Amino acid sequence: MKKGYPRFFLLPGLILLIAIIIFPLLFTIRVTFSSWNVSQTGLNFIGGENWAEMARDTRYWGSMLRLFYLSFLTVAIQYALGFAIALFAWKGIAARRFFRVLWLIPMMTTPSLMAIIWRSIFTEDIGALNGLLSRVGLNPVNWLTESGPANIAITIVEVWQWTPFMFLILLAGLLSLPKEPFMAAAIDGASAWKTFARVTFPMMAPISIGAIMIRLIDASKIFDSVFTMTRGGPGNATETPAAYIFQRSLQDFQIAYGSTLALMYLILAILTLTIIGKVFARLSKPRGI
Amino acid sequence: MYKVLKATFITIWSLFVLFPIMWAITTSFKPESAVVNGATFIPFLEFQPSLIGWKAILPGAYGLSRFTYGWKNYSNADIIFFFVSQRIMPPVVLAIPFFLLLKELKLLDTHLGLILVLTSGLMPIVVWLMVDFFNALPREIDEMAMLEGCNPIQAFFRTILPLSKPGLTVAGMFCVIFGWNDVFFALTLTATKVLTLPVAVIALNGTVTPYWILAASTVFSIIPLVGLAFVIERFLSRGNLGGAVR
Repeated sequence: MKKGYPRFFLLPGLILLIAIIIFPLLFTIRVTFSSWNVSQTGLNFIGGENWAEMARDTRYWGSMLRLFYLSFLTVAIQYALGFAIALFAWKGIAARRFFRVLWLIPMMTTPSLMAIIWRSIFTEDIGALNGLLSRVGLNPVNWLTESGPANIAITIVEVWQWTPFMFLILLAGLLSLPKEPFMAAAIDGASAWKTFARVTFPMMAPISIGAIMIRLIDASKIFDSVFTMTRGGPGNATETPAAYIFQRSLQDFQIAYGSTLALMYLILAILTLTIIGKVFARLSKPRGI
Repeated sequence: MYKVLKATFITIWSLFVLFPIMWAITTSFKPESAVVNGATFIPFLEFQPSLIGWKAILPGAYGLSRFTYGWKNYSNADIIFFFVSQRIMPPVVLAIPFFLLLKELKLLDTHLGLILVLTSGLMPIVVWLMVDFFNALPREIDEMAMLEGCNPIQAFFRTILPLSKPGLTVAGMFCVIFGWNDVFFALTLTATKVLTLPVAVIALNGTVTPYWILAASTVFSIIPLVGLAFVIERFLSRGNLGGAVR
């Protein structure tokens, strides 16, 4: 009696997964060996030319490096800030429920639309930020037309948008922690800092790792903010692989070459994230948490 | 000393969180006295098709959460990982085959096409959340149901499903947030007929639309989701989200 049922439960999801992800993925692999573009549509076979061209494409590898820097930096900042405000919203302050709602709001807003708002804030001549800076007596910064400040602007937007997600997961984790260890710490007379370092933080390690992994996965796909705010510019100083591939394949219609870049992007993402996941698993295990 | 630091930190962070939103709201109200041609109402026109598009996404998301129930009793860490790992997939990898596929199937720029594609993106989130919710339900419940003469399918629909309403709500809300906020697929796979709200606003952005209209339409599209922040907070306070992170 039991035998058929597991399959019944598995099947709908699995069929959907295969139809919607595995099949297109196999198709992409085949496309990378063709020369599908605006003038030549359809599948032909040209061998590894696209792959060779990709190896020489400095713009692509530049965007990849930028993605590493952007995602690690933004996730690190998000984790530090998210943990801090989660601790406050956990038991540190009055009017907790009000602040919890307030601090969740950025997560609910549409990233690409907020990027439009952020662009108007960062705009150099009439933007709010340069207006604020000049009132304090500082020089205006070319937020969107200089490569350094443009990257800082993207970082700020990413931190604003996604710290609340980190905050939500960490707060849910804090709320589900058992109370006994904290009582024990209080009985032993541990200071607030010691309680945090020896009890709260270690107990939060598995949840922290989960939260960081989820955010790293999402950060590896940064597109909305870059696309809306700077279109990858100035030059291609803020371009991420997603934005570059989007431009190559869906605006210039170099479908085969775009597919090659996209596939490499996927392979690198899986490799990097798997390695990071393994490292995290090893770091958290020996201490017996 | 510590208290002052804490208060400063909380104040600065809250201001930082609120600043862009306040800026959007004030900008959207500024020109109402100054502008005479009534252009401020453009957002309403754009709102209509996107609302339809969004409504069409919802059943997709919910239908999907139904598909993933099966994990409860037969859960297998590897299969779950297989599902969840789809989330690593950058959307741009799938955008090209989806574009060609939908073009062949004549589904480009239709509700159905966009629903199918967005569903694939939302599936991992649902699996990830629902597995934990189902695991939190004691197994005795379905065993009892089976003793009463249900087969596993009935046991699932009659007992587990009603019991996991909080989990369903949370997973559904995440689907709504991510589905509503998705721009990438909506941007690549639609042209004119089923524009979603964000894409419509971005299209405004591409032209010479003044900032206040942009701001107004942004505020409009954000309001419905901000309401969800209150719902999520309620779940947090009741401890119902705790299961979602283990």
